[in-house]
Amino acid sequence: MNPLHALRALRGVVTRELLRFVHQRERFVSALVRPLVWLFIFAAGFRSTLGLSPTPPYETYILYEDYITPGLVGMIQLFNGMQSSLSMVYDREMGNMRTLLVSPLPRWFLLVAKLLAGTLVSVLQAYAFLLVAWFYDVRAPIEGYLTLLPALVLAGLMLGALGLLLSSFIEQLENFAGVMNFVIFPMFFLSTALYPLWKLQESSQLLPVLAQYNPFSQAVELIRFALYGQFNAYACAYTLASLALFLSAAVIGYNPSKGMMQKKGGKQ
Amino acid sequence: MNVPMAPALFIDNVSLFYGEKLALDKVSFTVSRGECVILLGPNGAGKSSLFSLITRLYDTREGAIEIAGFNLKRHSTKALGRLGVVFQQSTLDMDLSVERNLLYHADLHGLGRKLANTRICEELERQAMFERRHETVRQLNGGHRRRVEIARALLHKPDVLLLDEPTVGLDMPSRKAIVDYVHQLSTTQNIAVLWATHLVDEIFATDQLIILHKGIIRYQGSVQQLLETTAMPSVASAFQHLTKGEK
Repeated sequence: MNPLHALRALRGVVTRELLRFVHQRERFVSALVRPLVWLFIFAAGFRSTLGLSPTPPYETYILYEDYITPGLVGMIQLFNGMQSSLSMVYDREMGNMRTLLVSPLPRWFLLVAKLLAGTLVSVLQAYAFLLVAWFYDVRAPIEGYLTLLPALVLAGLMLGALGLLLSSFIEQLENFAGVMNFVIFPMFFLSTALYPLWKLQESSQLLPVLAQYNPFSQAVELIRFALYGQFNAYACAYTLASLALFLSAAVIGYNPSKGMMQKKGGKQ
Repeated sequence: MNVPMAPALFIDNVSLFYGEKLALDKVSFTVSRGECVILLGPNGAGKSSLFSLITRLYDTREGAIEIAGFNLKRHSTKALGRLGVVFQQSTLDMDLSVERNLLYHADLHGLGRKLANTRICEELERQAMFERRHETVRQLNGGHRRRVEIARALLHKPDVLLLDEPTVGLDMPSRKAIVDYVHQLSTTQNIAVLWATHLVDEIFATDQLIILHKGIIRYQGSVQQLLETTAMPSVASAFQHLTKGEK
């Protein structure tokens, strides 16, 4: 593969994704409003009922809003990953996907380009949310906003790869509701986004185990530590491994000889 | 760089199954540069399945496909780089401008911005669409969208142009304009054209013809030969005869 060709193709895919994002203002607004509702209403309501003892990376008692913010950043990326998946299925139904798939580049590269473009959008959304949270007095150390960037990129890539993988299985747009019920909600609620693991341990033996193995939990922890200028090596390794797994499976899913499309004789 | 003397498109014994159902049965033909080949077949004949194989949306499991001498399975990126495609269903992004759609395609084919802009101007001018380059695709009518898709398919100067029923849903003047333009292309730009259709009035007397029915090639050759072989007065009746009344 010619590197210059690859760079130009990447530019094309990223530009298209950004233009679509700019044109779909309601997508940006809803991506921002969703976590803000959780922050302004849900977190405010639960502030007094959920007592949080200091656990790393927090060195002292914190407000529930501070705890939930990294989880909501993860939520933005989770929803963005699924939104990318939805747009892949939509593109496939509308036929736009063919433009991408018949271009003279390896499938894996095209998927990675899509993934990078989607991640860029999710990082922009996450920072927009953190800016609003800042004015709401939910603030992390200044340097945390910088150390957060690589964590957001990695988490965004992992959740985007999961979205890509799901899109290779979903034949029709109508089936996407199942993704909400069986992927997004369980991943979100069965994670450390809203409550720490030890809180879950108080009420169940199974749930904390599931939450610990949930890749979304590890992505949230990676974000949480990074926002406070710290590095969580385990969360990073787990997120990286999940990314490798999801992306490999997505590449196989979109491979014309091995993927789901060939098996289904479906349209691409 | 093309493989010297290789046909622009070479289809060799290609078969395709959807589960147990046979969609294409040992299909073989070639298309040379400067030649316009009409792939004629009723709905469900296997035309779109064949196009999905040539564009590598599906993998070729039985048989081989070569584009400009490059085997599609072994050298897929080189082969696909020499292919221009107009799909049956529009593949333009409705919310992007005409120009932005073409730039996206140019980027995917690795064209530099300067060259891409020059080619976009050339192709849109040929299609009388240059003035509308800043409009979104959604603002265009069906005929104009098709013109943009043809301009896009030619942007990277392919050896082979595939058109899968590109005139479906268009009015007569738009259909005629596209049919005339594509026929000109094969001779003026020395492109190999493979045009899938079920409409016999899109065929020129000089075209080569492949009649596909239920995944099997029923006829291959010139229009003249078809009329002689079948002893029918017109392509329409010969087509009907070969497909046993099924249009």
